Amino acid sequence: MTTLTKTEDKPAPTGPEAFLSVRDLRVAFSTEDGVVRAVDGLSFDIERGKTLGIVGESGSGKSVTNLTVLGLHNRKTTDIQGEIILDGQELTTASEKEMEKIRGNKAAMIFQDPLTALSPYYTVGRQLSEPFMKHRGASKKEAKDRAIEMLAKVGIPQPQTRFDDYPHQFSGGMRQRAMIAMSLMCDPELLIADEPTTALDVTVQAQILDLLRDLQQEFGSAIIFITHDLGVIANMADDLLVMYAGRAVERGSVREVLSEPKHPYTWGLLSSMPRLGGDTSEALVPIPGTPPSLLNPPTGCRFHPRCRFRDEVPGDLCSTERPLLADGRAAACHLTGEQKQSIFIDQIKPRLG
Amino acid sequence: MSENVTLPQQGAKQQGEALLKVEGLQKHFPIYGGFPFKRQVGAVKAVDGVDLTMFAGESLGLVGESGCGKSTTGRLITRLLEPTGGKIEYAGQDITHAKRKQLAPIRSEIQMIFQDPYSSLNPRQTVGTIIKSPMEVNGINPPGGREKRVRELLETVGLNPEHYNRFPHEFSGGQRQRIGVARALALQPKLIIADEPVSALDVSIQAQVVNLLQKVQEEMGIAFLFIAHDLAVVRHFSQRVAVMYLGKVVEVADRDSLYNRPRHPYTHALLSAVPEATVDGPQRERIRLAGDVPSPINPPTGCRFRTRCWKAQEKCATDEPPLVQISGNAEGHLTACHFPEEPTIKGGKEVVLDPALASLESDSK
Repeated sequence: MTTLTKTEDKPAPTGPEAFLSVRDLRVAFSTEDGVVRAVDGLSFDIERGKTLGIVGESGSGKSVTNLTVLGLHNRKTTDIQGEIILDGQELTTASEKEMEKIRGNKAAMIFQDPLTALSPYYTVGRQLSEPFMKHRGASKKEAKDRAIEMLAKVGIPQPQTRFDDYPHQFSGGMRQRAMIAMSLMCDPELLIADEPTTALDVTVQAQILDLLRDLQQEFGSAIIFITHDLGVIANMADDLLVMYAGRAVERGSVREVLSEPKHPYTWGLLSSMPRLGGDTSEALVPIPGTPPSLLNPPTGCRFHPRCRFRDEVPGDLCSTERPLLADGRAAACHLTGEQKQSIFIDQIKPRLG
Repeated sequence: MSENVTLPQQGAKQQGEALLKVEGLQKHFPIYGGFPFKRQVGAVKAVDGVDLTMFAGESLGLVGESGCGKSTTGRLITRLLEPTGGKIEYAGQDITHAKRKQLAPIRSEIQMIFQDPYSSLNPRQTVGTIIKSPMEVNGINPPGGREKRVRELLETVGLNPEHYNRFPHEFSGGQRQRIGVARALALQPKLIIADEPVSALDVSIQAQVVNLLQKVQEEMGIAFLFIAHDLAVVRHFSQRVAVMYLGKVVEVADRDSLYNRPRHPYTHALLSAVPEATVDGPQRERIRLAGDVPSPINPPTGCRFRTRCWKAQEKCATDEPPLVQISGNAEGHLTACHFPEEPTIKGGKEVVLDPALASLESDSK
């Protein structure tokens, strides 16, 4: 790699309100084929009660980041650098015992596929009660009451009888509801939702998304919402982080990023998506090429082999130097602010309608 | 309401000859059980009376949630599955129960593109062999030889002709889907059934394949039955769209009518559930249904949507609504509903049937 290994991403000012703060996180797995740098220098903050959306394609490192936050990675084969600070506690160096105290208690996770994330061997009720008994020292009876209360809250009909059912007796949407109920058992302050609705139908997805949003208002948890669907993010998140090949390429509030995106990758994502209100006579504009392999990622800006605008950057800056992602509203791109503005207004915006 | 009703045959009248006509198509998968002798104890009514008409060169979208029978319909039309009942007519010929020999000439005209580009290509065969085999099976010898034709096809779908001797694992998902498209084009078909052709692909790759399919459709005049669950993609690709629910078509119309003036409550619910990647888009209605789709083993009587519908009345449980043109609809816009909605998707309307949502939202108010 000829890339300059400069420490980019100057840590954003860690305000007292940042509940979870990830600083220059690097995650690398050693595999048979070589070292996969799944996350490469990622920083973000999230406040209590807010939702951070992370968007990216498969292999962009969005799920790995969040598995690392909860310490669900394989410790033997994974190399982690950087800082993850949850409510003042450093998690990258925390022991397995300490992580166990956090998981399901202070921070909980909602997985993509509820059929594989729930154990087929235990009843739904037992799986819900377990974290409550473990973390709160509650009796079986108390845990059961709490589980039934939560099942009712997420809209499972007849929660008393459903408590003793097995996951296979639930439909897809109900399983996802049960998983949400499970994640909320201990009033977590951080909820990580990893593609929670990707496996569901649109009408059920709409129900689940609204439910999550309403529950967040009630519980006040911070949510990290991971998805590949910009539409879902527009409905759910306050802030948005766009990831590509293990790095954050753009950051800002959802409104800013969606109405005035600044990174060529975000432009590409938005103009390759058909919309319900769009002009059907216009062809979609796909991003050329395919996402890179993380075994051997491109040098410089990782998006440069697929970028339409790299010729506008003088010299070979794009292929040699990694663009920095500044604090706050920013995009990691070598194009100047004026260039971005004029390209967006002249070429991108008309297509988005 | 009966005075408004015109029969579907008249409503569906359009220019040109129908290429494919499907009437009352059914597919029931038997369920066996019991001991010691297994016998049929029920049936999954995957497709239960589907009516569709397709014209030469048009693209018809088929949307619906998982389990509504849209893929099964596609497989019945290609005759990969044997229909339980109903009729499939292709270019005036009844092929519902046609035998192997009768089907042979038609098979080459109806091709299929599958959803999963990983399992639909034989990993032991080279790309050349995969694309060539339909020609071998059908004994077609294009001028210049099959290999030359395969190389042309590879170029058409945007792959390098030099990839002829490579194996599927050397390609990415989007490229594999292109190989699938090339295979479907090898016999110069008149009708392609594309079963969720882009749903397994990443967003940035989806657009590449959609554009390729669109190019193929326009340049070669192939009719497409585009099966997908993504309403925005279907809208982009198809001139006409049919909405399925639990084994039946509940609404079919041209693109503009269906997306801007839908009448069936289910179509309204579907459209309102699509998340849009805009923050200041026009206000749309908000409809949140309760629960999931009922089981097709024991579907509701009458109108199948009535168990989740906010307008359902007694009549819906007893009479099954026919798929007809309701007054005020454009020609060819057929809806199966006793109490259709207003033809608009403008905001302001809010229907929340989900009990959890309803209680949470009433608390916060």
